[in-house]
Amino acid sequence: MSEKIATRVAYGTALAEIGHNENIVVLDADLSKSTRTDLFKKKYPERHINMGIAEANMMAVAAGLATCGKTVFASTFAMFAAGRAFDQVRNSIGYPHLNVKIGATHAGITVGEDGASHQAIEDIALMRSIPGMTVISPADAVSTKALVKKAAEMYGPVYLRLGRLDVHVIYPEDAEFEIGKGVCLKEGTDVTLIATGFMVEKALAAAEALKESGISARVIDIHTIKPLDEEIIIKAAKETGAIVTCEEHNVLGGLGSAVAEVVVKNFPVPMEMVGVEDSFGKSGKPADLVEKYSLTAEKVIEKAKLVLERKKA
Amino acid sequence: MDAKVKLDLMKTAAMIRKGIITAVATAGSGHPGGSLSAADILTYLYFREMNIDPKNPKNPDRDRFVLSKGHCTPGLYSTLAHRGFFPVEDLKGFRQVSSYLEGHPNMNYVPGVDMSTGSLGQGISAAVGMALAGKLDNKSYRVYAMLGDGELEEGQVWEAAMAAAHYKLDNLTAFVDYNRLQIDGNITEVMNPEPIADKFLAFGWDVISIDAHDFDEIEKAVEKAKANKGKPTAIIAHSIKGKGVSFMENQASWHGSAPKKEQADQALAELDAYIESLNG
Ligand SMILES: Cc1ncc(C[n+]2csc(CCOP(=O)(O)OP(=O)(O)O)c2C)c(N)n1
Ligand SMILES: [Mg+2]
Repeated sequence: MSEKIATRVAYGTALAEIGHNENIVVLDADLSKSTRTDLFKKKYPERHINMGIAEANMMAVAAGLATCGKTVFASTFAMFAAGRAFDQVRNSIGYPHLNVKIGATHAGITVGEDGASHQAIEDIALMRSIPGMTVISPADAVSTKALVKKAAEMYGPVYLRLGRLDVHVIYPEDAEFEIGKGVCLKEGTDVTLIATGFMVEKALAAAEALKESGISARVIDIHTIKPLDEEIIIKAAKETGAIVTCEEHNVLGGLGSAVAEVVVKNFPVPMEMVGVEDSFGKSGKPADLVEKYSLTAEKVIEKAKLVLERKKA
Repeated sequence: MDAKVKLDLMKTAAMIRKGIITAVATAGSGHPGGSLSAADILTYLYFREMNIDPKNPKNPDRDRFVLSKGHCTPGLYSTLAHRGFFPVEDLKGFRQVSSYLEGHPNMNYVPGVDMSTGSLGQGISAAVGMALAGKLDNKSYRVYAMLGDGELEEGQVWEAAMAAAHYKLDNLTAFVDYNRLQIDGNITEVMNPEPIADKFLAFGWDVISIDAHDFDEIEKAVEKAKANKGKPTAIIAHSIKGKGVSFMENQASWHGSAPKKEQADQALAELDAYIESLNG
């Protein structure tokens, strides 16, 4: 299997690579060694600003910097970026549509041992409900780096959902990405597995296993949850007639909900969702939690078979 | 304080420190630094001061403790375990998927935990709520909270401070574990919260500064806080992050990393030697 790199490391690396642009300012809230903005700080200490343990203030300060023409990357854990500072993100960044990129690391249950208080499984729901907010949830280090750079180039607020855990690199180094365009990673005709974040890897593994049972599964990486690539979803609904969504997030309000909104309005087909079943996480090794909360290829396979039963009925 | 009582507290605190090392080392993760700096205050509160009963942890008349700096569960759990709320042996399950000892305090899973915390700045507000309830219900229980000095950077801490003084919550005592370190370095370099005592004074609190590792000073401050009328009290506890383990003392790097086996063995040996010297 390929190399493993955490998407937060790819985020810090990308920031260091684009940091020659003097317009870029990076904010952190006493977590620079964890969010990996320390990689930017090493090269551009004068444009790395530690705001202390004060996330709400950091977000509105980011907004103020943006009004003066700065491209701001504001980083902390997803729990505190989307959770604690929700009002500041909504009212000071979203509402005035300012050029702030929120680098939200340690999203989801794979935070591991810190437990539920630090495991954001609601952030996609929160962020995608803010008008004009772009929501990006990359699957690996290559797509993270590319999308961080795209986010810096575009104007407007962006939420970048990043992970703590080392995850496999699934894209070739020179792969290209466009914000708002999903990637069809594998063609298939019976069912479509639509995944985001580290669940893309699980969806690919599930598709391989399904092939052995004679089931042809399409796999799509939705790295941009908003604006959502409706076209790729509607096409999948029409051509495969069944969809399973896969995400490291509450099944309420996240990728599954976003896909369902498109499917129901345009071409209803049976759908199943793999995700955290509306419960808080807990402490444990990431691998143990992935099993406990069934964020596994086995679960994706089970749901694919279930949705195929419903498709036949 | 009676010399025998003090000696017992010192031994208990050393046992609690051993539990901290054991929990963090077996978990392979967790927060030893701030747990060790808080250990003496936790020991004093749970073994000398607070009206609590391990057999009846939800007694509505009990004193309350809120660990606002929730990452210091190794300190809180080791204290609760040694006080009899649950088996000391269970500390070895800390942060594991099969255990109830969550990385951050969970009031529904862990006997003796009065409030779920982990997101800094929120616990002190919950403590204000408990103190307000005490006033509303005419109860005599007291509420203790422990804040980190880095945690003071959260604006919510000062919203809570304002509310506590506004409602004259003299049943509330907040400790600040003043170890001068947070994750990214010295508090004054990351985001200076100084002058801390002056801030609490300006917010209408009474303020007492003590050595966090001296039981006589802890006792005097707690007694003074209990005698205070009409105002909450902040006890600024000058501490050493990593206190009691030579290689962890005053090192920001031990904020949230676990000792390896040999390091844990050395730490436990140092604490055993210290307990020996007290017995001596
Ligand atoms: C709202 C929030 N932001 C960030 C964190 C991550 N975090 C955990 S501990 C810590 C540093 C705390 O420093 P301090 O309050 O001084 O604690 P101590 O030195 O007593 O361990 C940070 C930033 C958090 N738990 N909650
Ligand atoms: Mg500190």
